[in-house]
Amino acid sequence: MSSDLVVVLAGGLSHEREVSLRSGRRAAQALRDVGHEVVELDVSSSLLGRLEELGKPVVVPMLHGGAGEDGALRQALELAEVPFVGSGSKSARVAFDKAIATPRVASAGWATPAQVALPDDMFRELGAPALVAALAKHLGFPMMVKPARSGSALGCAKVERIEDLPSAMVQAYAYGGVAVVERFVTGIEVAVPVIDTGSGPMALPAVEIRPDSGVYDYTARYTAGATRFLAPAELSDDVAERCAQLAIGAHQALGLRDLSRTDLIVDADGTPVFLEANVAPGMTETSTMPLSMEAAGMDLGHVLSSLIALARLRGAEA
Amino acid sequence: MSLEQPRRDTRLDRYVETYAERTHGLRVSAVRALFSVANRPEVVSLAGGMPNISDLPLDIIGSKIGELIATRGTQAMQYGSGQGEEVIREQICEVMSLEGINGHPDDVTITTGSQQALDLVTRTFIDPGDVVLAEAPSYVGALGTFQAYQAQVVHVAMDDDGMLPEALTAAIRTVRSQGRRLKFLYTIPNFNNPSGVLTSLERRHEIALICREENVLIVEDNPYGLLSLDADPIPAIRSFDAENVVYLGSFSKTFAPGFRVGWALAPHAVREKLVMAQESATLCPPVFSQFVISTYLSNWDWKAQITVFKDMYRARRDALLDGLTAHMPAGTTWTHPKGGFFVWVTLPEGLDSQALLPRAVTNRVAYVPGTAFYADGLGSRNMRLSYCFPTPERILEGTRRLGEVLDAELEIHTMFGIDSTPHPHDFASGPGPDVS
Repeated sequence: MSSDLVVVLAGGLSHEREVSLRSGRRAAQALRDVGHEVVELDVSSSLLGRLEELGKPVVVPMLHGGAGEDGALRQALELAEVPFVGSGSKSARVAFDKAIATPRVASAGWATPAQVALPDDMFRELGAPALVAALAKHLGFPMMVKPARSGSALGCAKVERIEDLPSAMVQAYAYGGVAVVERFVTGIEVAVPVIDTGSGPMALPAVEIRPDSGVYDYTARYTAGATRFLAPAELSDDVAERCAQLAIGAHQALGLRDLSRTDLIVDADGTPVFLEANVAPGMTETSTMPLSMEAAGMDLGHVLSSLIALARLRGAEA
Repeated sequence: MSLEQPRRDTRLDRYVETYAERTHGLRVSAVRALFSVANRPEVVSLAGGMPNISDLPLDIIGSKIGELIATRGTQAMQYGSGQGEEVIREQICEVMSLEGINGHPDDVTITTGSQQALDLVTRTFIDPGDVVLAEAPSYVGALGTFQAYQAQVVHVAMDDDGMLPEALTAAIRTVRSQGRRLKFLYTIPNFNNPSGVLTSLERRHEIALICREENVLIVEDNPYGLLSLDADPIPAIRSFDAENVVYLGSFSKTFAPGFRVGWALAPHAVREKLVMAQESATLCPPVFSQFVISTYLSNWDWKAQITVFKDMYRARRDALLDGLTAHMPAGTTWTHPKGGFFVWVTLPEGLDSQALLPRAVTNRVAYVPGTAFYADGLGSRNMRLSYCFPTPERILEGTRRLGEVLDAELEIHTMFGIDSTPHPHDFASGPGPDVS
């Protein structure tokens, strides 16, 4: 147990600000419960000065989406030589972008959905009707349309018919200039956290997600009671082990550090299919990572405290 | 790793099976979460309805509050009457007289803001399934209250002069012919939130007459009446029908919202029930706030203060209208409010204000999507813009940013050939104020 000062960074200006504030509050309380002195800070023009004043304590980024997760803020912390928990800027940049992360995980030999990444410029230059038709032919229906760089399922849509594809694309582009379109994978929705407290990445119990509405969208994620969670997931030992291997494999393939959460689908054949990896897993009251820690008999505060100690040892290296 | 822990099967809410049925619609929404960003200083928020109270004489108010505590503190900080303190009920009658209302202090019930008055009226009249008529569009906070008591809202179309009398008559008859119980008409005749529309005097008479003949109670909500920016206030509906109107008033826009003092002026029998409902809800409305407001009304030229507020809001309204003229793409229309806080924008056909909100937030500007102001899912082509809080310069910058957002969205719609024909249902009960 440590009484060292740590900074929990939450808020920011992304679309997920509200979720980030909730994650930050919970993480801060968990750290206080294990004896840390915690300062909670938002992202603002005074942030780096404030960190300097505080003596560059270890930062625990609880920022979701945007600059908080795409590597930009982490890059700034590296430049300012402020140690922090979690992945460095370069790997965060890769992991946050589904158009880059998914092919990289596929290259490492893991199952991923067939994916096409398209910037909005491409539709402008090549004409939307032809591209929409080509997408439909290549991927088939149903398909998932997602912003390449966003979280919490914001801007995501399951598309069943070609007529609905343009509006789903427009919805995804409202969150950023690149969208990914993936073949829809039917199966059991599972989240697998990975932590590495110094002895190598370790998968925590898979959490199975069963939203009442059938869709694990923003509302299902953050409305308490709207989703049923099973922790550990109701999977055979063999499938559970393969999920764990995939989560560790994705963590390593993307060069992630300290903690991550991989979202995946176990398809009808029992094959875990990678969907995305999160460098800043949610820690809200309805998030899967704390649930998984609890299933493993771990305490959020103690886990974060261990990662803080590692970050302090690591210092400000990128 | 040992996984010997028992499987946890949870919804992360141990009370999920025990909530009242009326709470089932209460869910987290991505749109609402975006307003967390809107409150950041980097964002020009044309979303909120917060009055700008920086022009208040804070030093004088502070010294009067100190004096109040020193001289009457034990009374001001004690429990009070469930109906509210008599002295402020008398002063409220003076305030209401500015809009032609001849009310008696005995018929005034003080509430925790006029929002609570709305809650008390709704709980007094509404059983689950009862019908409330409301303008299309109407105040989101009222729709939330009606939903909480499981009322069904039927919207009545309006134009630039307010609710359409023929649409009101038709709605009353349709609801009754369906065997549904119609309980009251909810209306905001002065600078309707969200549309900014002022109901004309002629329309007020027509609405009062129709409701009198059809035996439909009117709930007249008037938070903005004294913020008439271009002319003197029009007489309230209550001023020509004392028996068929429950009138709701507030100090939130003419003084300060933090004190949470509003009121209901109701016919005697209704007033008795409202007082009992108030006692059951809060024992008594906040006594200290009532004393502060009473002191303010007694010791400060509050009418002159309202003139100061009006000058300030007029400049902001004009900035918003100028900004819209300069930056909105072709096909966009908007209302030209003569008072209050809001402008109602109708987007070019095919655009959806809720879908483009993330793009707006990315571009550091925020508004409220029009769907918030309808109980039936309409309003996707509309947005409410507020001019009450940001400075004129920020408002102009906000419209510039909004223009960029709409241009980008229109371009992408064109690119995808998204159907831009009018939403057929938008015209079923009226698209909102006719701004053509």
